[in-house]
Amino acid sequence: MEKSAGSVGKVVVDNISKSYDVGRLKEPVLDRCCLTLPAGQLTVLIGPSGCGKSTLINILAGYEKPDSGSITIDGAPVGGPSSDRLVVFQETALFPWMTTFENIVYGPTVQRERLRDEIEKDAAGLLETVGLREFRNKYPSQLSGGMQRRAELARAMINQPRLMLLDEPFRGLDAMTRELMQEYFLRLYEDKGQTSLFVTSEIDEAIFLADTLLLMSARPGRVIKSMPITLPRPRVPSMLTSTEYLRYKEEALDILHEEALKAFEGGSQAAADFVEAYEERETVG
Amino acid sequence: MSLGATSTNAASNKSIPGQQVGEDWLYRAQRALTTPMPYLGIAGIAMFILFWYLTTEYFKLPRFVKLPGPVEVWTEFTNPDPIYGTSMYTFDYYKHIAWSSLRVMLAFALATGLGVPLGLYMGWKKKFKDYVFPIIEVLRPIPVLAWVPLAILMMPGREAPIIFLAFLAAFFATTLNAMLGVESIDESYFRASQCLGSTPWNVFKRVVVPGALPDIFTGLQIGVGVAWFSLVAAEMVSGEHGLGFLIWDSYVLSQYPVIVIAMVTLGLVGYVYSLLIRIVGRSLMRWTQKGQA
Repeated sequence: MEKSAGSVGKVVVDNISKSYDVGRLKEPVLDRCCLTLPAGQLTVLIGPSGCGKSTLINILAGYEKPDSGSITIDGAPVGGPSSDRLVVFQETALFPWMTTFENIVYGPTVQRERLRDEIEKDAAGLLETVGLREFRNKYPSQLSGGMQRRAELARAMINQPRLMLLDEPFRGLDAMTRELMQEYFLRLYEDKGQTSLFVTSEIDEAIFLADTLLLMSARPGRVIKSMPITLPRPRVPSMLTSTEYLRYKEEALDILHEEALKAFEGGSQAAADFVEAYEERETVG
Repeated sequence: MSLGATSTNAASNKSIPGQQVGEDWLYRAQRALTTPMPYLGIAGIAMFILFWYLTTEYFKLPRFVKLPGPVEVWTEFTNPDPIYGTSMYTFDYYKHIAWSSLRVMLAFALATGLGVPLGLYMGWKKKFKDYVFPIIEVLRPIPVLAWVPLAILMMPGREAPIIFLAFLAAFFATTLNAMLGVESIDESYFRASQCLGSTPWNVFKRVVVPGALPDIFTGLQIGVGVAWFSLVAAEMVSGEHGLGFLIWDSYVLSQYPVIVIAMVTLGLVGYVYSLLIRIVGRSLMRWTQKGQA
């Protein structure tokens, strides 16, 4: 598949707000949030914990409805959950009763739009790309955490969705596995060019992956800055030490630090990691 | 398990030579038979029989003296010309086993066929559960014996009431466990399935059923057990064949060794039933066993 798949999947999020009922009060989670995901690009969203990133993903996926505002994908408004917007979850949601292979072919099998041979060929290719060829007949419980995430990526990718939503997909993996996963993910992305929104709270991961980096404010969440990342593709880990990269990181951390402090003062202790990362940077610099 | 899953399983098994599949099956059957019967278990049974022998036949303790001892029971059971008419050589013995087995199988099949779908649907659709669950919860604690008069009034003939009683007990177990099975499925599997483009039927076939399968089989195990013991109660009250009838009839006729023969037989047959269910369950749920593929 060539990069032309990237011509679909332009997402425009316009002024969406969402609040949850907490007792008698309304707790706003998203406040007039606007963002655009350019077709075929990998956009990474980063923000302090609890800023409404997961809520935004749930709304884009169609699991929740915004209180106000609109979302369109290629000009058409989005409705409920559908296979053209796929979510890769924080926790693995591979079906434990199906083998890796059965999990991967699940989407196209139930959609019944493609021929069986074609599906199986695609699946075999994806298994190869994510390094799970020998594990095709294993059950998820027999795979390691990293393998499960890779299988999950493959299960989403095979559907050629217009939009891939990744909600901190590598959280909870150890540092080494995480790095490997980022590379697997980039390989898949750079191969297929599907419009993707990747949510993370790791600044290095964010810059390493992104075409565009969106920074989110403390709760109630709103996109406060959109940073184009012009590091060349394909990305390689050595870029993590380039001056360009460090400049991006500094700029992003400055903004995030401010937001983290706000969240911190606002009673959310979840922002502590950002404050910490910022201070660490000061001492290194 | 879903149709798609089984078909791909079959396809992937083709690469394995037939003999290996056979050996694998044999190995599992052997393990299933041997694992629940370790040496300590055998020693425990031996001690129990010894206790039984000492109290009834050796010391002849006051309240035990009327009971048949193991030696008496064994001689009767292995006697080609039994004093009371029932031993391993008589056709009658097997006829009673067959009658009871047939009734349990029927009751159990009904309880599975009606209870499992009902339970699955209750677990899947909360509204439906809201309607049905209270009725079940009120009926469930009523002991099966309390149903005997109504069963006889409601059901035609001699057989139907007995099967109904055995069915009723098993039905609650199969229904409620299937329901709990669905409720224990993590929400994320439903979400994933939905977002991958499943129709409701797909969700049912590929998420609800396989996800609930472990609990369904727990329910079937419990179900077959309670089907046996309510069957025996029903056969004692109204029946002219079957192991429960045999126990009661032998008591009335003071043929005490036969009571024990029938009781031990019940235990063994019940064990075989639950073993069969366990084996079927295991072969359907290979994904729950780590280290096997």
